Amino acid sequence: MRIGDWFKSGSPWIWLNAAAVSASLIMVFGLLTLILVRGMGFFWPSDVHQFQYLTKDNEKVTLIGEIWDEESVKRETLVENGFTIPENFDFVNRYLLKVGNREVYGTDFKLVVTPNILEQSEPDELVVVVRREWGNFYGYLKSVKQGDQVITSDPEKVWLAFQEHMQRALELHEEIEEIQKDDIGKINYGMETLRLKQRRYELDNEWNDENRADVEAQRAELQQRYEVLQKRLNTLNEEIARDSFTAQIQTGQEVTIPFAHVVKAYKPNQMSVFAKLGMYLSNIWEFVSEDPREANTEGGVFPAIFGTVMMVIIMAVLVTPLGVIAAVYLREYARQGPLTRTIRIAVNNLAGVPSIVYGVFGLGFFVYFLGGNLDRLFFPEALPAPTFGTPGIMWSSLTLAILTLPVVIVATEEGLSRIPRSIREGSLALGATKFETLWRTVIPMSSPAIMTGLILAVARAAGEVAPLMLVGVVKLAPSMPLDGNAPFIHLDRKFMHLGFHIYDVGFQSPNVEAARPLVYATSLLLVLVIIALNLVAIQIRNRLREKYRALES
Amino acid sequence: MKDSTLTHGINLDALGRDSTASQLEDEQLALEVKNLNLFYGDSQALYDINMVVPQNRVTAFIGPSGCGKSTLLRCFNRMNDLVDGCRINGEITLHGDDIYSKAVNVASLRRRVGMVFQKPNPFPKSVYENVAYGLRIMGINDKRRLDEAVEKALKGAALWDEMKDRLDDNALGMSGGQQQRLVIARAIAIEPEVLLLDEPASALDPISTLKIEELIYELKENYTIIIVTHNMQQAARVSDYTAFLYMGKMIEYADTNTLFTNPNEKQTEDYITGRYG
Repeated sequence: MRIGDWFKSGSPWIWLNAAAVSASLIMVFGLLTLILVRGMGFFWPSDVHQFQYLTKDNEKVTLIGEIWDEESVKRETLVENGFTIPENFDFVNRYLLKVGNREVYGTDFKLVVTPNILEQSEPDELVVVVRREWGNFYGYLKSVKQGDQVITSDPEKVWLAFQEHMQRALELHEEIEEIQKDDIGKINYGMETLRLKQRRYELDNEWNDENRADVEAQRAELQQRYEVLQKRLNTLNEEIARDSFTAQIQTGQEVTIPFAHVVKAYKPNQMSVFAKLGMYLSNIWEFVSEDPREANTEGGVFPAIFGTVMMVIIMAVLVTPLGVIAAVYLREYARQGPLTRTIRIAVNNLAGVPSIVYGVFGLGFFVYFLGGNLDRLFFPEALPAPTFGTPGIMWSSLTLAILTLPVVIVATEEGLSRIPRSIREGSLALGATKFETLWRTVIPMSSPAIMTGLILAVARAAGEVAPLMLVGVVKLAPSMPLDGNAPFIHLDRKFMHLGFHIYDVGFQSPNVEAARPLVYATSLLLVLVIIALNLVAIQIRNRLREKYRALES
Repeated sequence: MKDSTLTHGINLDALGRDSTASQLEDEQLALEVKNLNLFYGDSQALYDINMVVPQNRVTAFIGPSGCGKSTLLRCFNRMNDLVDGCRINGEITLHGDDIYSKAVNVASLRRRVGMVFQKPNPFPKSVYENVAYGLRIMGINDKRRLDEAVEKALKGAALWDEMKDRLDDNALGMSGGQQQRLVIARAIAIEPEVLLLDEPASALDPISTLKIEELIYELKENYTIIIVTHNMQQAARVSDYTAFLYMGKMIEYADTNTLFTNPNEKQTEDYITGRYG
């Protein structure tokens, strides 16, 4: 076949298209696979190794830890750094060993050059203890102590005794957390409410004896409840501090660790694959359901998931009516002319404005101007501490609503223009006014298109981080924007966000090496949250589409 | 020239026929059109239309495509208001009320003058909700009254027996003929005085067309009907009076029998014998 005919036949285009689609798919799946592998591997309880190792000063040491990473390094580089490496290597494998025990060694990690490993073993007795402070502990369990008294140091029984005492400490810890966070949190909230109430009375010149007695009585009651709780808390703290254990670390030294710090402990080298799988799943569950610990580098990300979803939902609730009303006006009521054309171009261009600019706008307009005025008008009792005059979830949602407004407007206009003229005329001919026609027929029929706009808006808003850093996201929010204290939804509060969490953990944390897998895991979670939000929206849209199937024409 | 050229005060010169004029003299009139001119921007679409539409009769508009018959029909419920740049002068009265006067509420005018379009245009709602639409617009939400009105309208459109068990089905699942009868039911549910039918059967198969024609015959008892049609046999079958329009002018208006058997004008004769159009 002549090459010209081949071109005319269109086959080259089909091949080109197929190639483009393949490239896109490969990129998407490559990205997902990367974050999946990197992120999910983190939760697997991997074996702990013990190395006899020759340092560059020709000293023999014992190292205990998990192999965190492995890389290939040029021999010369290492030799220049003072290592003695046999000449038959060109490249040398180097492990990044997580040795933990930060309170003893100062750092979590150690670089290990493989040719210098004299001996490697995986002793069954090695214990990993996950702690609330100082990161993981690796070592051999020696004894369990209750107060000053050693319960057991028999190697056969010590693990059992350890688990019993750990269980007790965990239960105590749970109770302490509950008292501290829920009960005392509630009392603090009540105290703050009372303080504001008193301040309000004072501002209104109503701070008379009657009101004073009322406020004082409530305050006394709260104080009384607080004292009871505090007493209970003190007892619990004493109880939990009672037990400790001693363990031997790689240097042969013995350390004592209180059970109060223990989150969990396991012997990975003993565990079967199924036991590891169980622990793997429970680790994942902890990651999505718990609060972060240690400057976000450990623990879970639940507040960030919650903040992200809540912010996106509020954004959707705000942007839909705004966008739909704007689109209906532009398409149905405004006289089509140069002015509407200009507005349309402006709306489209808004979609291209860098998101950080919206952040600046949100900070200047919403937070300082609107929020500041709201505070002066409605919350004078709290001043000079701002209520709404400071970044918060409502301003974040509003800023993102403005950011995604063009998408909703464009999609809605598109949907309105696709409603056949005959439907409108049918409604008008029955004596409906234009508004009734829009409200009862045209807008419901456009709802699938509106949902499409919303889907795009949600996808964009959930992934946006830059503007949020200016208008409401924080590294660690003390309380959630939704809780058990009336009025339950606290739109003035700051919140945590998965996207910002990734940035914070990956680049602002004191322990970057340890946190890196968390970056991947959090990224994966963010993608999953966005997919979930989108799936919900797509489901709703498909249902609406089925309901308002347009006239076949 | 005799007095009868001024039937009900309207100049029926265009009719130019004594028999029709005297026949119209005996009719109650629903609509009267005086010196109607219609412009789309700069181009004129209707020239000096004068006619009367008798009550409880079927009046048909025939003529080739683009002659202005649909435009004229849409003047009666002011559908042309929706077209940008459409201007009208002249007068149309409905039972004596000038429908183009400033005081007229267009929505309530359209409740008095219902319309059915060329292509069935049911709303993507249930059969019941389609018929109840106009009533709900009027603010009737009482379930019992709606039920009664829906049943009456569906019976009136000869659709009740087919659809009484499927009132909650989506109207878009019905056949074209059923949809068109549903649209008629929807229009008569609010009991208008006049019913405008804009080529109601042109998108339908012959059997559905026949059903619609039978329906028109029955509806005549209660409604004044104006029908635009391409199909001259249809006009001859269903209508009592027929107007022939050509190039925006009303060439001839007479009782159907006369117009088809003994047209006054050459143009009418050419058209009905199929020489053009």
